[in-house]
Amino acid sequence: MDFLQALGHKTLSRFASLGRATRMLLGALLSMPNFKKGTPLLIKQLYMVGHQSLLIIMVSGLFIGMVLALQGYTVLVGYGAEDSLGPLVALSLLRELGPVVTALLFAGRAGSALTAEIGLMKATEQLSSLEMMAIDPLKRVVAPRFWAGFISMPLLALIFSAVAIIGAHLVGVDWLGVDSGSFWSIMQSQVSFQQDILNGMIKSFVFALIVTWIALYKGYDCVPTSEGISKATTETVVHSSLAVLGFDFLLTAVMFSS
Amino acid sequence: MIYKLVNQNVERDLSQSIIEIKDVTFSRGDRTIYKNMSFSVPKGKITAIMGPSGIGKTTMLRLIGGQLKPDSGDITFEGQSVPGMTRAELYEARTKMSMLFQSGALFTDMSVFDNIAFPLREHTQLSEELIRLVVLMKLQAVGLRGARDLMPSELSGGMARRAALARSIALDPELIMYDEPFAGQDPISMGVLVRLIKSLNQVLGLSSLIVTHDVTEVLSIADHVVIIAEQGVIGTGTPEQMLQHSSPLVQQFLKGLSDGPVPFHFKAAPYEDELLLGAQQ
Repeated sequence: MDFLQALGHKTLSRFASLGRATRMLLGALLSMPNFKKGTPLLIKQLYMVGHQSLLIIMVSGLFIGMVLALQGYTVLVGYGAEDSLGPLVALSLLRELGPVVTALLFAGRAGSALTAEIGLMKATEQLSSLEMMAIDPLKRVVAPRFWAGFISMPLLALIFSAVAIIGAHLVGVDWLGVDSGSFWSIMQSQVSFQQDILNGMIKSFVFALIVTWIALYKGYDCVPTSEGISKATTETVVHSSLAVLGFDFLLTAVMFSS
Repeated sequence: MIYKLVNQNVERDLSQSIIEIKDVTFSRGDRTIYKNMSFSVPKGKITAIMGPSGIGKTTMLRLIGGQLKPDSGDITFEGQSVPGMTRAELYEARTKMSMLFQSGALFTDMSVFDNIAFPLREHTQLSEELIRLVVLMKLQAVGLRGARDLMPSELSGGMARRAALARSIALDPELIMYDEPFAGQDPISMGVLVRLIKSLNQVLGLSSLIVTHDVTEVLSIADHVVIIAEQGVIGTGTPEQMLQHSSPLVQQFLKGLSDGPVPFHFKAAPYEDELLLGAQQ
C-alpha cells in the first residue's frame, strides 16, 4: 500500500513538474517580443551560450573525426574498401554523432551554466527583484537564453561535423594514405542533403529545444540554496543527456528505419 | 516650499492608508503563517513590521507585492485589491511600489550605474542623457555617486544596500518596502541607512514599510509600529504606545528578554527527570 502511495505521489509530482516546465516555456515564448530591447539580450546570450561553447565543440569534433577515421580505416582496409572512409565518416557524423555529441557537450558546457546562473539569480533574489520592478523574468531572463540555445546548438552541430570531417581527412588521407579524390568524391555522391544533412539538422533543433528547456527549467524551479543549485545543475546534465539519447533513438527510428 | 511639503507630509492623518490587510489567512503546506490578520499601513508614514524570526515578515511583503496570494482575506494597495488584480494591473501597481531586498538583489552583471538606470530604461522613454542625470541624482542621495562605475561584487555590504536603495527610488515610487534593511550592517552603515530611510520618506513624500527586528533603530524613525507573532498582530500603535504596551510578549520582544512568553528552552521533558533517568540507566 505504501509502495502504491509513493508511486502515485511520485507520478503526480512528475506531472506537476512537467506542467510547471511547460508553463514556464510558454510564458517565455508567447510573450510579446520587444525587438529593440530583446535583440541586445539575445546577442549577449548567443555569445555566452554559443560562442563560448565553440572551443570545446571544435576540439571534440577534431578528435572524434580523427578516431572515427582511424577505427573505420582498420575495418575497411580488411575488405579493400578504404576508399569508402569519406562517406562512412560523413554519414556517421551528419546523421548521429554531430547532433548527439554536440547536444551532450552543450548540456555539460552551456546547459549547466544556464541552470547555475538562473538558480543563483533566484537565490540572490534577482528574479524576485525583477518581478517587483514590474519586469517579467520569463521575458527578460528565460526567453533570450532559450532562443540563444535553440539557435546556436544546430550551428554548433554543423561546425562539429565539419571539423570532424577535417580531422578524419587529416588521419585518413594525410596519414594513412587514402586517396584524397576518392575520399571527397564518394562522400559527395553518398551523402544526401535531404536524407542526411536536413535530418541531422532537425535532430539538432529537437535536442536544442530539449537541452535548453531542461536547463532553464531546472534553474528556474530549483531550491534557492547552494545544495539546491548544485542538485539542479547535476540534474540538468543527467536529464538532458538521457533525454537526448532517448529522443535520438525515436528520431532515428522515424527518419531512417525505412 | 520644500519645508512646507515636508510638514504637510508629517502631519498627514494616520487614518489615510496606502495598504490595508483585511482578515488575511495564509498557509505554507500544513503550517499556518497568518490567521485572520488585519492591519493597515498609513500613507506618507514610516511603518515598522516587527516580530521574532520565522513568523513570516518577509512573506507579508511578498503578499503585498502580489508575489504570493492569501488563502483568504484581502490586501488592498491604494484601495485596489492586490490578489484580485490581473497580471497587467499588478505590473502597473508594481511601478508605484518598490522593494529593497535583504540581499540588495543588485544585478551582478551590471555596474552600479546600470543597475539604477535599469528600471528607468525598462519603464520610461527618457533619453540616455536624462537617464544619466536621474541616476546621478539618485546616487548622490545615497552618497554613492563616486561608485557608479563599480560592479556589485566590488561594493561592501552597506554600499550594496545603499545602491539597491537608489535603484528602488529610481522610479519615484509611492511605497517602498524594506526587507530587513539593517541586517548584517556595521554601526556606521546602519546609522547611514536609518538616516536615509527617514530623509527619503520625508523629502520624497512616500510611504515606507520596514520589516525588521532591529528594535532600537526602527523605533527611532517609525511613525507606526505593527508587531506580529502567533499568526497575527499582537500590538499596533506609535513607538511610544508600543513601549508602554501591556502584552508580556510585546515587552519581551521590545526589551530583548531571553525568557518569557517565547521560552528560552525548546520544548523538552523536565530537566530533573532526564538527569535522574540518565543516572538510573
